[in-house]
Amino acid sequence: METTTWPVLTVLTFLPLIGVVFLLLIRGDEDVVSRNARNVALWVSGFTFLLSLILLINFDPTYAGYQFVDKGEWLAADGIGFMMGVDGISMPFIVLSAFLTPLAILASWQSVQHRVREYMIAFLALETLMIGTFAALDLVVFYLFFEAVLIPMFIIIGIWGGARRVYSAFKFFLYTLAGSVLMLVAILVMYNTAGTTNIPQLTDFAFDPDVQFWLFLAFFASFAVKMPMWPVHTWLPDAHVEAPTAGSMILAGVLLKMGGYGFLRFSLPMFPDASVTFAPMIFVLSIIAIIYTSLVALAQQDMKKLIAYSSVAHMGFVTIGIFSLNIQGVAGAMFQMISHGLISAALFFAVGVVYDRLHTRDIDAYGGVADAMPRYAVFFMIMMLGSVGLPGTTGFVGEFLVMVGAWQANILVAIFTATGIVLGATYMLWLYRRVVFGRAEKDEILTLEPLNQREIFIFVPLTILVIWYGIFPSGILEIMDVSIMTVLDQMDLASMELSGNSQIAITGIGE
Amino acid sequence: MMDLLNLQPATAEIFLALASLGLVLVSAFVAPQEKASKLVRRLTLISFAIAIFLTIYNGSTPAYAFNGQFFTSSFMVYMKVIILLGAMGILLMAKRELKQDQIDRPELPLLMLLSVVGMMLMVSANDIIVLYMGLELQSLPLYVIAAIRRESLRSSEAGLKYFLLGALSSGLLLYGASLLYGFTGHTSYDGIKIALENDVSPGAVIGMVFLISGLAFKISAAPFHMWTPDVYEGSPTIVTAFFAVVPKLAAMTLFLRFTYGVLADASDSWQQIVMIIAVLSMLIGAGGAIMQTDIKRLMAYSSIAHMGYALVGVAAASDLGIGAVMLYMTIYVISSIGVFAIILSLKQEGRPLTRIEDLAGFSKTHPVYALAMMVLMFSMAGIPPMGGFFGKWYVFSAAIASGHVMLAIIGVLASVIGAFYYIRIIKVMYVDDQVISIDSHIPRSNTMIALGAAVVMAVFLFGLGILREQITAAVPFVVFVAG
Repeated sequence: METTTWPVLTVLTFLPLIGVVFLLLIRGDEDVVSRNARNVALWVSGFTFLLSLILLINFDPTYAGYQFVDKGEWLAADGIGFMMGVDGISMPFIVLSAFLTPLAILASWQSVQHRVREYMIAFLALETLMIGTFAALDLVVFYLFFEAVLIPMFIIIGIWGGARRVYSAFKFFLYTLAGSVLMLVAILVMYNTAGTTNIPQLTDFAFDPDVQFWLFLAFFASFAVKMPMWPVHTWLPDAHVEAPTAGSMILAGVLLKMGGYGFLRFSLPMFPDASVTFAPMIFVLSIIAIIYTSLVALAQQDMKKLIAYSSVAHMGFVTIGIFSLNIQGVAGAMFQMISHGLISAALFFAVGVVYDRLHTRDIDAYGGVADAMPRYAVFFMIMMLGSVGLPGTTGFVGEFLVMVGAWQANILVAIFTATGIVLGATYMLWLYRRVVFGRAEKDEILTLEPLNQREIFIFVPLTILVIWYGIFPSGILEIMDVSIMTVLDQMDLASMELSGNSQIAITGIGE
Repeated sequence: MMDLLNLQPATAEIFLALASLGLVLVSAFVAPQEKASKLVRRLTLISFAIAIFLTIYNGSTPAYAFNGQFFTSSFMVYMKVIILLGAMGILLMAKRELKQDQIDRPELPLLMLLSVVGMMLMVSANDIIVLYMGLELQSLPLYVIAAIRRESLRSSEAGLKYFLLGALSSGLLLYGASLLYGFTGHTSYDGIKIALENDVSPGAVIGMVFLISGLAFKISAAPFHMWTPDVYEGSPTIVTAFFAVVPKLAAMTLFLRFTYGVLADASDSWQQIVMIIAVLSMLIGAGGAIMQTDIKRLMAYSSIAHMGYALVGVAAASDLGIGAVMLYMTIYVISSIGVFAIILSLKQEGRPLTRIEDLAGFSKTHPVYALAMMVLMFSMAGIPPMGGFFGKWYVFSAAIASGHVMLAIIGVLASVIGAFYYIRIIKVMYVDDQVISIDSHIPRSNTMIALGAAVVMAVFLFGLGILREQITAAVPFVVFVAG
């Protein structure tokens, strides 16, 4: 483990909270407060992003352990300490969170007009919690951040959401909570078995395979809801439809990834035997998710709901990649998560852009948007193609690597996964055709305002990244390569130690 | 015996008892009544403050008094200080309530004081007879203050209901105690414990069951909870706040002392009973609260559920469990007082509002209070990083360390059900449109207590390490020191 002289990770994590303090101190009438709140939130989150970039530049991708480790005393009487650090698996997510938050704040610059201060507080708090979730190296600290995310998200959906926001916020909250509390029981069991909640130590601890079975299921309950996997995905379309645009961007961009991150950080290295045992079940669930939700997406009339269902399908690729348990599959899953974080955030923003103008998400209300908003049509197209997995975009790299990984694990799985790609192309292209192409006949479409500078400013960095890393994926892959190998090595070692079963020595390693 | 005349460990109790006698005289001779009421309320507050000082100063080293019938140690000091602080918090908020509810009489603070003396005695009792005296001293004033608004039918009904069921539970407890005495031949905790070490006779087990049932009544754990919603709803809100906080602490302490102390060697016999009570309380508390429209009834069911969680820690039957229950009760007291401070602030032209829907639009009219209420609700729901989460963390951890994983699973699932009604209150405050205009004036004491409780719950995780050290140090002294 490498430690630094100053607690850069802790500072990065809690920097947005300092912004919250500033926001609370703003005085004046409502307009002044709103304007200042927006500016403070943007500056603080922008600065956090810069700090995360400094972290990224100083990050050593060849080092297998945790870097920038901060340690502190916390509950000494119970053997629970405060610890943070990053490796190649958490690093990309931290940068992604820090990158998407300022964009989300910009995205709600005009669409949120009431209780702006509270809104910005919720987003900055959310940023702290997201970064903290990915940086925590103690199970209790992780759980605190992971679970506390519910609070700002519940508020964001419940207060600034659409017509059915209360129903959606409750569903989101209770679904996620129900999954998480089972993980809490598992954490307590691990704590009482291993005597520590330190993640590196727990990774080295060999849990009894029978215990692993239950622990895996409990963690699975939490991460499967968060991902979300079929059949516990039903909260997601509701939450997305009702959430404000920025809420959807963060929800799809970062929060869904917490599930995948959890599988990689906890399930695989800590419960290797159970991971192997449950891999077929996860394959089946993921394939159902990919095919079923793609078909459901095809039938949607609501643009946001369609993209929400497509998220479930894309997350199906992620779980298949992770549980193919080889380097290509896991790297593909990681890449797919980052890629989906960028693309889905952009797609939800694209919906938000036209929603702000027409106040409807009904696909039939559109058609011929390209006539009035040509630039918008271009950005939307790039993102749509990225979602479909067109070569040259990040979507392709992720899906391709997952397919390669799945092929090695099980050919049948790979074949079913491929059908998902076809279906994905169908619903996305069809959505694009119905919204953007065709003749604009209605007056309100013809008079749509073109993209303003702020909106272009949000689209441009997302588009550049999607294409840049689509062509040069090694920029991201290099960061996580060593850490993924470490996870797979640990799994392999742990499995052999426990059961002497070397058959599960993963095919991908060493190739 | 050497310590026959050593009254030092009981200084605080003796002082409070004398103070209550003095205050009776004050209330009798000072006129008019409003002036007496004001004076007695203030003097009671001062007495509590002095009692806290005396408790800490005289009680921390384990010591016996009254020929071994009274025992004090750092554990008792911890619980007594929380009891006294809780009572002080309630009494601080009482000023406006007493005026508006037309109960502005010196009796209320005085009866609260007497009840607190009884509670302190309960906590420190080391003999069944002393315990019963403490228990009755605690209960009788409570019956009276439940019915203190005697013109009100609801209040009288609450008082009568509380009295009848309370008397029944006292009877159960006494009957159980007599069985224990009959089958072990001792009334002192030490004697019973030693007798049970050798042999747990069926008669003693029956006595134990009665005793635990009686105690379960006092903390309103299911299936002995029926009285709670009605009494909470019927009593004046300030009295409800007192009921929800202070007596529960004393009864829970007694629960700990009895199960871990006296019945330690018969843990096989009581563990299952406590587990069943815990599971029922968690489920009934969580399920019952969902349908409530009155916030006081909701708090009643919520307290039933909270007692269930605390009993999970008791059921663990280990040192970890004791520490967990102590922490849980501490958190419960702070957050309950905070919530009641806000409930007490809800008035429309001086008339108390108790329906949940009256909170609609609260975030617009009182943004700071709504925020405090939100923090407290998330804390009660056990959502990290609020304090309530750590209470649950430790009780479930203790249960799992003792091998009761199923109990923990039922507990966490019940907490998901519970989360529903807590976040419903948040929804009413933040989403619904204002229906009733709530008075904008809120007394400063309520503000301080509500905001203070919310801040404590929000930053609880920073002080937790220190608090845990205190608790861990106090845990071994639940049981008496041999010799």
